[in-house]
Amino acid sequence: MTNGLIHRRDLLKAGSIGLIAGSATPVMAREPWMTGPGQPMSGSGESSRYVSLAREQVGAHAFGPGAGSSSSPLQHLNGTITPSRLHFERHHSGIPDIDPDKHRLTVHGAVRQPLRFSYADLLRYPQETHLYFLECSGNSYRNTLAEPQNQTAGELNGLVSGSEWTGIPLHYLLDEAGVTADAEWIVAEGADAAGLTRSVPLSRALDNVLVALYQNGEPLQPAQGFPVRLFVPGCEGNISVKWLQTIKVQAKPGYTRDETSKYTDLLQDGQAEMFTLQMEVKSVITSPSGRMRLPEHGVYDVSGIAWSGAGTIAKVEVSADGGKNWVTAALQSDARPLALTRFRIPWHWQGQSAVLLSRAFDDRGNIQPTREAALARYSSAVIYHYNGYQSWRVGKSGEVSNVYV
Amino acid sequence: MFMSSREQGYWWRLLVWVFALVPALVQADSIGHGLKPGLGEPLTEFKGTIISVDGSNLPEGSGSVAAGKVLYETRCAACHGMKGEQPGNQLAGGRGSLSGPRPLKTVGSYWPYATTLFDYIWRAMPYDEQKSLDPDQVYAVTGYVLRLNGIVGLPEVLNAKNLAGIKMPNRGGFVEMSE
Repeated sequence: MTNGLIHRRDLLKAGSIGLIAGSATPVMAREPWMTGPGQPMSGSGESSRYVSLAREQVGAHAFGPGAGSSSSPLQHLNGTITPSRLHFERHHSGIPDIDPDKHRLTVHGAVRQPLRFSYADLLRYPQETHLYFLECSGNSYRNTLAEPQNQTAGELNGLVSGSEWTGIPLHYLLDEAGVTADAEWIVAEGADAAGLTRSVPLSRALDNVLVALYQNGEPLQPAQGFPVRLFVPGCEGNISVKWLQTIKVQAKPGYTRDETSKYTDLLQDGQAEMFTLQMEVKSVITSPSGRMRLPEHGVYDVSGIAWSGAGTIAKVEVSADGGKNWVTAALQSDARPLALTRFRIPWHWQGQSAVLLSRAFDDRGNIQPTREAALARYSSAVIYHYNGYQSWRVGKSGEVSNVYV
Repeated sequence: MFMSSREQGYWWRLLVWVFALVPALVQADSIGHGLKPGLGEPLTEFKGTIISVDGSNLPEGSGSVAAGKVLYETRCAACHGMKGEQPGNQLAGGRGSLSGPRPLKTVGSYWPYATTLFDYIWRAMPYDEQKSLDPDQVYAVTGYVLRLNGIVGLPEVLNAKNLAGIKMPNRGGFVEMSE
């Protein structure tokens, strides 16, 4: 019925799968690393030389140098934190080399008193720490193409990452400047050459938006907005404006280029939705996943990540038969609001052909849609906010590839 | 318990401090201690670069469509094409395509506000030397890009007074999502 997926209630029965009785002779192993002191301490750590980790799809947009994206290698990661150096990138005119002593954050517009903050000032404010996902609105857009692309989980879906973000609640700075009664929006502007500018409703800005200074415990990396970025939890990545230099409070949105001509979503009738800020409920199986090969028959840990811009992941279901039968996976991390949640389920593969896929449910009643339903929301030209199923075909010889069901 | 008057004075002072702090702690935010240092440097005037769609904070200056043609052809055409037709960076064309099978989003077919074009060119163009155009030049190039799109009733010289009044063809093409 489940094509090899093992439900939690059947785990005890299945507990012995793959156990091979052996007669190990007790011999003290003598590998070279056991017989002499290893490397000394160092100022900064790095991965083992046997581990190769790098961002994927590192390419420039035709628009010009520095404009483009790179994605997190999801298939090589586990847990819910993306190392900062592997966090996905999306830049609109490259990464600026900002001297924090010269950088200023100005709050102005519909405020009683315009204020300017130095980086040193900002570091003295009380801060909060939260786990949040960040997803580019263009994540998984290759799955909107007519033919499935034979790529990895990271190449296809790696414009999402999870981090611990630490920063100042934006309302501390807005309160200090004194937002006036007519204010409804903030407009945030970056100090990069693109001067990327996006608007956020004031209600959201006063709620959980951070002026972020640290990622995963360290000052932001330049690619993530050093010295300071806006962080808008649960929303499309580009409104978390990096290299933040100005916050203008206004009665109306800024209607900037990136929120009118760029990050808007065309409907089939030719109208377009504007300010579709919140990201959808979504999940991706990261292992086994595209371009992997299962080495042998046996039990595999089917695992992936789920997230929702609306709330907390409540449930993830996995199918091994293309979506005919579903089994509830275990959520094996704290399911936190607006953060990546790790799910797992054991799967017994005995050479049968299979299509593995997952679907996520959040605590607000949102359910990840099929690819077909996700595509039906917008014009066929829209590459944003795609949250349909990611399906992986497992062939008879164990090869895994992207497939549409 | 016996205390000297000096010790009693100490305990009284401590008690006064504790009670003085209680209201501050109670009023603090539920997350974080909420004691903010108040370090913002007050500014008397800050204009910023974000142009409002009503044009009220456009910079002084003006530029002609004719001057814009010369600037466009030397500074913009390499990436956008002589007539704004370069695929990928296309600025013109696509009118009437939005509900069809191959929608083409350009300034003329898609952008709702002419002020946004000014704002974007001023901050982010030309791509190899951003913020190098002065307001007169930005008015001029804005005008020429609008000319390439055949905007009806386009003035020959654009300035802070007339830019916001230009009616973009797709002005009514958007649904604003509320939160």
